[in-house]
Amino acid sequence: MTEKDKSKKSNVMIAPFEAVGVVCAQSIGEPGTQMTMRTFHYAGVAEHVPTGLPRLIEIVDAKKEPKKAIIDMHLKSSYARSSTEAEKVAKDIASVFVSDVASVEDDLENLVIAVRFNEKDGKAQGITFHMLKKALETVAPDTKMDEHQNIITLKPSKEKTSAKGEKKKLTAKAVRKLTQKVKDAIVRGVKGISRAVVIKGDNEYFVRAGGFNVLGASIHAGVDANRIYTNNIKEMEKVYGIEAARAAIIKEIHDVMEMQKLSVDIRHIMLIADAMTYSGTVKSIGRHGLSGEKVGVLGRAAFEETIKHLINASATAEEEKLIGVTENIIVGQTVPVGTGKIKLIMKGKKKE
Amino acid sequence: MVMKKRKRKSIPELTSIFLNGRLIGTHADGKSLATRLRERRRMNELSNQVNIYYNARLNELYILTDKGRVRRPYIVVENGKSRLTTDIMNRIKNNELNWNHLVKLGIIEFLDAQEEENCLIAIKEVEITPDHTHLEVDSSNIFGVVSGVLPYPEYNSSPRITMACAMTKQSLGIYSANFAHRYDTRAYVMYYPQEPMVQTSLYKALRLREKAAGQNCVVALTSYHGYNMADAIIVNRSSIDRGLERVTMFKTYETEERMYPGGQRDKIELPTPEVVGYRGEEAYKHLAEDGIVLPESEVDGKDVLVGKTSPPRFLEEISVFGAVEEKKRESSLSLKSGEKGKVDSVLITEGPSGNRLVKVRIRGIKTPEVGDKLASRHGQKGVIGLVVPQENMPFTASGIVPDLIVNPHAIPSRMTAGHLLETLGGKAGSLGGTLMNGTAFSGNTEDEYRTILKKAGFNEYGEETLYDGLTGRQITTKIFIGVVYYQRLHHLVSNKMHVRSRGPVQLLTHQPTEGRAREGGLRFGEMERDCLIGYGASMLIKERLLEESDKTIQLVCTECGSIATHDYARNRDVCPICDSENVQPVEMSYAFKLLLDEIKSLYIFPRMILKDKG
Repeated sequence: MTEKDKSKKSNVMIAPFEAVGVVCAQSIGEPGTQMTMRTFHYAGVAEHVPTGLPRLIEIVDAKKEPKKAIIDMHLKSSYARSSTEAEKVAKDIASVFVSDVASVEDDLENLVIAVRFNEKDGKAQGITFHMLKKALETVAPDTKMDEHQNIITLKPSKEKTSAKGEKKKLTAKAVRKLTQKVKDAIVRGVKGISRAVVIKGDNEYFVRAGGFNVLGASIHAGVDANRIYTNNIKEMEKVYGIEAARAAIIKEIHDVMEMQKLSVDIRHIMLIADAMTYSGTVKSIGRHGLSGEKVGVLGRAAFEETIKHLINASATAEEEKLIGVTENIIVGQTVPVGTGKIKLIMKGKKKE
Repeated sequence: MVMKKRKRKSIPELTSIFLNGRLIGTHADGKSLATRLRERRRMNELSNQVNIYYNARLNELYILTDKGRVRRPYIVVENGKSRLTTDIMNRIKNNELNWNHLVKLGIIEFLDAQEEENCLIAIKEVEITPDHTHLEVDSSNIFGVVSGVLPYPEYNSSPRITMACAMTKQSLGIYSANFAHRYDTRAYVMYYPQEPMVQTSLYKALRLREKAAGQNCVVALTSYHGYNMADAIIVNRSSIDRGLERVTMFKTYETEERMYPGGQRDKIELPTPEVVGYRGEEAYKHLAEDGIVLPESEVDGKDVLVGKTSPPRFLEEISVFGAVEEKKRESSLSLKSGEKGKVDSVLITEGPSGNRLVKVRIRGIKTPEVGDKLASRHGQKGVIGLVVPQENMPFTASGIVPDLIVNPHAIPSRMTAGHLLETLGGKAGSLGGTLMNGTAFSGNTEDEYRTILKKAGFNEYGEETLYDGLTGRQITTKIFIGVVYYQRLHHLVSNKMHVRSRGPVQLLTHQPTEGRAREGGLRFGEMERDCLIGYGASMLIKERLLEESDKTIQLVCTECGSIATHDYARNRDVCPICDSENVQPVEMSYAFKLLLDEIKSLYIFPRMILKDKG
């Protein structure tokens, strides 16, 4: 390295005791205020996926289920080339329910359920009568089935023997319950994934699905399990691990900022992602997450739920070590950041 | 509901007739009934206060005779022709007809908000088409009471009109002719108010010249050594000395002899030195024997205006001698700090609950000074940036020195061409001593002003060669100069200025007080604190939040960790909890000491563990 490079490097390096957290919060918070105002103006426009401030809050709060979870699945090369092949994968993944292709009606007088296959809907979804029958067999295994043209009549047995050997009569209530179960049964597709569309990416087609089941979708033969992405951070953590979740947080926050044309240095976002994930699990920022786990009692009490923290601290005789910034301001001491951390030490005599 | 109604009467399409909101019957053809009723009204067979409104969508006819409807006069238009013909105009000019005749003849009629919905109103006579039903009496009638007073609004951008309206309401003038007999809590009266050179017809109609609020100033549109940047205004000191925009402020202070339970009451009197809280002889120097200030005495600072004593807060304070001694408390009314003026008048009367009530009115002169706000009637506001001696102001060849210098940058981006036109009009008017007409759509034109200026030997565009007052040199550019009506707005620095270095603190927290009235400090808030943390200036934070605020030295017991006290009787530091004398002084914020006390009130015992600073 030349001298010039060295000075450049030291200029870029963060100084010791720099308050990176505050600078990070301000650097994201200030553009955030502009974002509030702008999203306000977009109100009324039908938003498909939450963007802007609502989405940012969603990420930072580490919500279990984002308002609109999206899974992007890249395909194995044989499927990714043509749109028709990709379309097939999408069809296989998107779940089709019995109620989508058939009308289900219960006859409570005779205690039977009539499932009428709608050929028009079935054709559109690529569902055959046979597939419907199979699906019915899986939801209602021990049920007699009568076929008559397009209608399958489910006839649950009139009496049931329970594990204890008691005989139970079939009630209308049970039939109702079964009807609902039949309606919600999946004829084809992956559970938890509601819709799937094919999108043309760079040189390949990929499938964008709405829903939660990454693991289920990855089993499909056409899907390249190594190239699945979801905007659902909790699911990223569950399926791919904490590092992937960290990367997802960075990407998602960055995308939100990008969309509003706000330029925030990526390192600030990385700091947030690090803070949310360093413990090994994704934690939200706020009362239930990071701020709630600050070491100092005073620091927590100053944030939210003052009395709760004070009383809990007194019950366990907690000691306040005055480590944080807020705590020291409360008692009236210098703050342990920046110049407050620097101290002078007397140099001893050199030993010869 | 609407749907139901339609269905029900779908067979015969009858119009429901409502009189003052009450259904009184039906009619086969509501629309023609409405026209016929209006004709009858115009023929004076119905009262001219009746209004008729037909709602075609609901097929309902409303006849309105209620009180409280806001109505406006219009000229009736028939078959694309105004009923106010030249023939009738001539008869009006010959005093053969007056307004009431026109109403009776059905030439003019009053419409309310409802009937307006059925009308198409032309603003100008030339606009009339066969579809029109009415014509505005004057085009400028589309403006309201405040905006109608502004000159040339049609030449200004609409946001500036809005601002001009808002500011006109803040202008100081003569608000009421009987101001000398009124005791308003705060009032301003202008010394030499003038009526504007450029007026509107509404200004005359409202007789606003009797309550004028502003003065016609000679305004030059140029810069002056950077002191009129960003909407600042340069003022001629000699103009101020001659009374330009000079204002008197009246302020009324009042106090009451209040009654207390137990038959005791306040007393307005000259407090004696025995009274608890006696402020010293100096404070009461303006009071007469009855304890009330003498009119025309010059008061300032915290001088007492009305001496008053109150009974003690707690009954029967027993003195050292064991006798019951009635000690009175001082509760005089005094002038607010920072204010000064003369006592204008004193009013002694009875309050709403029958108590003796004293009102003292203070009068003070508010000479225009740097920081006071001025505005023209075109949304062109500014604060005084510099007061310049007349000899340093630029002057014209004929020796005219402007009263104000306004920066030309104030004009292009705001598009207030009306301001320029008023400058021209004011100048032309001043030359001939005639008032000019700036009514919207029908005021005097630029061409008219130009011919007047030309005739008077001035540059027709209003530009003149100025000479620099400081160097005497001719300014190479010609400068636009004219007369504009400027208003003084009631945002005076002397009522707002506030500084503090040291001052009062709050009793509870020992932190500085808040607000100008309490001589308070400016809050160094959470976000400001965050900025210093972000910068890493921890010593500065400590100085702001502790040293300059509520720093205290508290004694802390090293054994039990609670706050200790100094026992003055035995002259020792002692912990009241564990009786130990191992006590150390600790620097902390008083708010923290308070926090410890409040935590104790939660039944939690906080202990401090002391360590040497390392």
